[in-house]
Amino acid sequence: MKRLIGRLLIAVLALGALVAAGCGGSDNDNTTSSGAAAAGTSTSKAAQDVDLTQGSGLTIAMVTHSDEGSFWSVVKKGAEQAAKDEGVKLIWSPSNNDPQKQAQLIDAAISQKVDGLAVSVPNADAIKGSLAKAKAAGIPIVTLNSGAEDFKALGAITHVGQTEEIAGKAAGAKLKEAGAKKVLCVIHEQNNIGLQQRCQGVKEGFGGDVTNLQVKGTADIATTQTEIKSKLQADKSYDAVMTLNPDIASAAKTAIKGASSSAKLATFDLSGQLIKDIQAGSVLFAVDQQQYLQGYLPVVFLKLYKTNANTVGGGLPVLTGPGFVDKSNAATVAKLAQDGTR
Amino acid sequence: MGAAPGGAAPAPVPIADERLTKISTTARILRRPELGALLAALVVGIFFTTQNSLFAKLDGIANWTDVGSTIGIPAVVVALLMIGGEFDLSSGVITGSAGLMMGILAVEVGMNIWLAIVLTLIAAAGVGFVNGYMVIKTKLPSFIVTLATFFILEGVNLGVTKAITNQVSVDGIDTAPGYSSANKIFGGSFWHPHDYRVTVLWWIAITAIATWVLTRTRVGNWIYGVGGDANAARNVGVPVARVKIGLFMTTSVVCALTGIMIALRLASMQAGQGVGDEFTFIISAVVGGCVLTGGFGSAIGASLGALIVGMAFIGIQFSNWNTDWRFLFLGVILLVAVLVNNYIRKRAEGIRG
Repeated sequence: MKRLIGRLLIAVLALGALVAAGCGGSDNDNTTSSGAAAAGTSTSKAAQDVDLTQGSGLTIAMVTHSDEGSFWSVVKKGAEQAAKDEGVKLIWSPSNNDPQKQAQLIDAAISQKVDGLAVSVPNADAIKGSLAKAKAAGIPIVTLNSGAEDFKALGAITHVGQTEEIAGKAAGAKLKEAGAKKVLCVIHEQNNIGLQQRCQGVKEGFGGDVTNLQVKGTADIATTQTEIKSKLQADKSYDAVMTLNPDIASAAKTAIKGASSSAKLATFDLSGQLIKDIQAGSVLFAVDQQQYLQGYLPVVFLKLYKTNANTVGGGLPVLTGPGFVDKSNAATVAKLAQDGTR
Repeated sequence: MGAAPGGAAPAPVPIADERLTKISTTARILRRPELGALLAALVVGIFFTTQNSLFAKLDGIANWTDVGSTIGIPAVVVALLMIGGEFDLSSGVITGSAGLMMGILAVEVGMNIWLAIVLTLIAAAGVGFVNGYMVIKTKLPSFIVTLATFFILEGVNLGVTKAITNQVSVDGIDTAPGYSSANKIFGGSFWHPHDYRVTVLWWIAITAIATWVLTRTRVGNWIYGVGGDANAARNVGVPVARVKIGLFMTTSVVCALTGIMIALRLASMQAGQGVGDEFTFIISAVVGGCVLTGGFGSAIGASLGALIVGMAFIGIQFSNWNTDWRFLFLGVILLVAVLVNNYIRKRAEGIRG
């Protein structure tokens, strides 16, 4: 038995070493890393929503439906930088598109008595119970990324994100400016309401002929590419293609070449390859929702609310997009993308 | 025996049969399949308490028992099935199917939620029956049969949900008649303000029932028998087909019940819910002492395995470790738990005799 316990201890120590190695980075990003200190500052929180005597030493939890992909890693970077700049402690809890896990992680953050809660809301029903509990515990909430329609009903101070239709409108106007006459809007996920809204926005902003094309999607780029190519071959009058995802934009680029079409190409969202394509001139522009801000601003807003009783947005969402990346700023953005902030 | 005719029985001679030899209490305890899991759970629990004292407080415990419960309820029946020598890869996705079916019946069809729950459980029993029947009739490995069921259900979940709701989820389950009473029993919480989930009580109850069945009933013996050696079991008169089909049906029904609990709690269900969870259930059973070849394991062990997963999941959040490494931590913790368990069992077997 003694030998066994010895081995168990070794296993635990090894695990502890691993943990220490893994956490080194995030601990350095936060000014206070001791859980006890954070708990101590928030003892009176249940009594009143705003305690203006609190300075830094606040703890803010960001519980998102993040999948750790390239998009969300930029959000995380923004939140970490804001935590550093504001001198608050950040708890970053991704939930991999699992609404049950997200609700459980929000519950856990409430037990940790955090001072502010930033959540993305892809599914309001699933987390509204947990958010009501946070509200009852006097924890202020800011929604981010998705949730522009729900943030008020959920009792959040404000929402930080891009509304799809406004972004689409701006993109449509930009295509018109570039002299396009007939636009093909490529939808890569069936029944994703956000994508429908983007194309609807493009149509309104463009004010001309916009056709939606439903394609197979990112899981089968080869077929998607053939679908776009066939469409362009069948109707030579398309002089612009709008995609809603950088991978689909790559497929469309090849499709345009394959169909010997001279259509201009523009897209939503960024990728490293895409920035190169913009610099090379094969892609006109990318609509950028600047998700770095979606991580950064909620932390700042919650700190301001807790320390200065400020609210932002005047009851409307705070828009992080659309920003545009085209030839004029592609070089700058490329450098920033390498640092993981764009 | 029968060597003692007449009244004067000789004093009991040392029995040659090794199955009847006396086993020391230590060895008997060490040989329990769940002992390793218990020790591993303690190690993981103490470890996370040292990271953040909240972990061992009532509020913190409410969090990780909640996560443990929705893993543990299905893990217990998955363990029974594994002891019976079979797998069910559709056990994760059926939680999603059940939630969606109940949601669609209640929201789109307008049924009372209780009726929707009953119909959903009946449908789940049907799925389990098909799984079991196919495995018995075709003699294909249950891996293959239930993998097919997994894909079929995943397709049905997305296809049917989209066709009916025009979305990838069913929302507004809390508006259906009968919701509040059903939610109180399946999805609610108790012990305000710590808010322990009612699923934790279900978890304890289902673990207790499964343990009783396994250790105190004839069916329990049959389950160990068909998992250990189906032919030998058949030869001594165990209804192998009925036991296995029954196990598949129980697994489906209890997994569906878990899905119903999740759907009621969230008041909505996404088409992708539960996909991949089957591996969490299986790993919980394995951490708890089940072996992949069947015939060995326990229900309490599987529950402890689920508890470890729940503790690791919430413990990582409480400790505020960099979540980029979350799955690495989870994997290491599970591996340590399995190794501890294996080590103890090997030692116990060495002590035997």
